[in-house]
Amino acid sequence: MAISHEFSYEKPASLGSALALLTRYQGQAKILAGATDLAVQLKEGTVTPQCLIDIKGLSELDTLAFQEGQLVIGANVTFQALVHSDLVRRELPMLGESALTVASIGVRNRATIAGNICSAVPSLDSAPVLLVYDAVVVVTSERGTREVPITDWFKAPRRTALAADELVVEIRIPVPAVRHRGVYVKLGRYRGEDLAQAGVGVMVTEQNEYKVAFNAVGPVPLRSAKLEALLRGRTLDDALLKQARAEVPSEISPITDIRASREYRIHMCQVMLERALRAATGLLAGKSIDVEHLV
Amino acid sequence: MKKITYVINGEARHLHVEPNDVLLDVLRDKLGLKSPKCGCDRGDCGACAVLLDGKSVRSCLILAIECDGMAIETVEGIGQDGLSALQEKFIALNSFQCGFCAPGVTISATELLRNNPRPTLDDVKEALSGNLCRCTGYTPIIEAVLQAGNEGGEHGKL
Ligand code: FES
Ligand code: FES
Repeated sequence: MAISHEFSYEKPASLGSALALLTRYQGQAKILAGATDLAVQLKEGTVTPQCLIDIKGLSELDTLAFQEGQLVIGANVTFQALVHSDLVRRELPMLGESALTVASIGVRNRATIAGNICSAVPSLDSAPVLLVYDAVVVVTSERGTREVPITDWFKAPRRTALAADELVVEIRIPVPAVRHRGVYVKLGRYRGEDLAQAGVGVMVTEQNEYKVAFNAVGPVPLRSAKLEALLRGRTLDDALLKQARAEVPSEISPITDIRASREYRIHMCQVMLERALRAATGLLAGKSIDVEHLV
Repeated sequence: MKKITYVINGEARHLHVEPNDVLLDVLRDKLGLKSPKCGCDRGDCGACAVLLDGKSVRSCLILAIECDGMAIETVEGIGQDGLSALQEKFIALNSFQCGFCAPGVTISATELLRNNPRPTLDDVKEALSGNLCRCTGYTPIIEAVLQAGNEGGEHGKL
């Protein structure tokens, strides 16, 4: 299917000119990076920009580095780059493992994690890892640069804290100084393409700090303060896991749709929370666990 | 209209495209390369896969204008100096039935074998997980890729 809507195409050579274009078009321009989501929206006519601004020529957005205790991921970094990065494997294995659950290689070779959080669909696979590690989104415009905590980023399905004249420069993930392990469990119908029907991300530190996040079970991905408070400082055992499971239904608000029913999603979130917590603590204790096949 | 250049299957081609032209349509309709197929037109099936600067991508999700100056390889290019070891295996094992998915599968498997000449079963399944085939049940496709890896490998014509 062709794209019937017409627009102009710009590939700025500097960040400054990209920002000037965003200002000039006053919300009528769209940023083009991997385009794996944008192209579908253009074909369907759900977005109708006057201009597309291709940022793939901006090398300052290519950063993938560890700086001052933070993993810095530039706006042009693809999911496949995260999958293959030794740095990611060493510092934040959950990030590479989450990236591997995104669609398939042909999509991951183009799709960026920054683009994923800008699309902000409720099922986005990159949300749990960013939420449990308290990532920060660095955005900039001609008005200046600001940092948005990921917990303030998602406003509604397909709506974020990004203003029309702003561009995501990078995502910064603080890597805890203490030993830690995160695990993302995704429920899908088949490997390779499917959107998450439900997803759970957890992070556990050696001091028994726990972080818990869910995706695809509410209008936006979310952290669960209640579950984190319940688990805090305690050692995981069967009784605690039972209590944690019991809290799940009141923490999430899934809908029934073509991919799964509300009841199934709640049930599976309980199962996946338990498995994710067991896997994360097991990995922290040095066990070898196949995190790709927890469901 | 903007004038752009691709290196397609080793040959430089100049063409004019509109910003809203999709790469898949340009390859098929302007350049006559019919191996990439339009299955779902929304990134789900892998039938439109091509190699863009050596990486497999979905040409239905890419604007033609984005690829200015880049190298594009399609199945026409992979087979232009005779069939690759992988293609020989596909034929020997009767891997396809209707064949609609074959170009996309060939692209994905070629990318895999170039980066990882001795893939495991899991590697092959992961590499092909975005290519839907409604005929074969995948077994003869996966087997061919494994055999091409074991026998063709680095020395084959991948
Ligand atoms: S036609 Fe492009 S992925 Fe299906
Ligand atoms: S052989 Fe028919 S779709 Fe694969």
